[in-house]
Amino acid sequence: MFEVVAFYLFAALTIVMFVITVMSKNALYAMSSLAAGMIFISAFFFLLDADFLGVVQIIVYSGAVMALYAFAMMFMDTTKEVKENNPPKRIVFFLSGMIALLLVLILLTPIISDKVKALYPMSDEIGNTEAVGIVLFTKYLVPFEVAAIMLLVAMIAGIILASKRMDESITLKIDQEIEQKGAE
Amino acid sequence: MITLTHYLVLSAILFSIALVGVLRRKNLLMLFFATEIALNAINIAFAAISKYYGDLTGQMFAFFVIAIAASEVAVGLGLLIIWYKRRGTIDLDSLQTMHG
Repeated sequence: MFEVVAFYLFAALTIVMFVITVMSKNALYAMSSLAAGMIFISAFFFLLDADFLGVVQIIVYSGAVMALYAFAMMFMDTTKEVKENNPPKRIVFFLSGMIALLLVLILLTPIISDKVKALYPMSDEIGNTEAVGIVLFTKYLVPFEVAAIMLLVAMIAGIILASKRMDESITLKIDQEIEQKGAE
Repeated sequence: MITLTHYLVLSAILFSIALVGVLRRKNLLMLFFATEIALNAINIAFAAISKYYGDLTGQMFAFFVIAIAASEVAVGLGLLIIWYKRRGTIDLDSLQTMHG
């Protein structure tokens, strides 16, 4: 009973938040509702007994990713409206609806579900975090290290890209001056 | 009773919301937001399948998706800031430099 109530409550909240994100004209509102939606999504992970994943979701998305977006928005004039001369909306909604329908049909099809065997079965003896650690550091050790290197590369790339000509004020000077300075 | 299908349908709905966002927005920052939504929708599906088949592999994939999303944001926002410094706009149409 608790699970049903929680599922529908958080499903409604998540969908509302993400619709606001997609439809809002104001970038700040979109970012705030995106952060809220990320928190609500972590509730699903807790419902699904994936405790560690839920904690990581809160830390990484609502903590790190949202902080990055907030910093990036300080560099740009986000109050300036981006003109959206949209194509006829009917086509967009038709295409999205058809793709969503296709997705639902694919997912509803009873796949090979009966024949699926658990490679790394969950056990009740050890907690989720411990089980995740055991599988991550045995079977998925190499992908884990590759992901670590990828994050390092992304961090260095982000620093280098964003810090280029950081000493120039981008709000006080016009763009051409900055361009000229960069060309010298 | 909540079954696997409930979670998968929810995931598909969230994914299509993200798809609408990618298709109808011209603001590059909004495209990034929509991408995040899509990745999260997939993560829900992974976690749900992991639970209902009693297998941890789905959660492992979700972890790697989160790692990829984080690095995508770092590099993407760096590029976006450079583009804004050069052009003063984050309009998607300003990327059309090869337009004849």
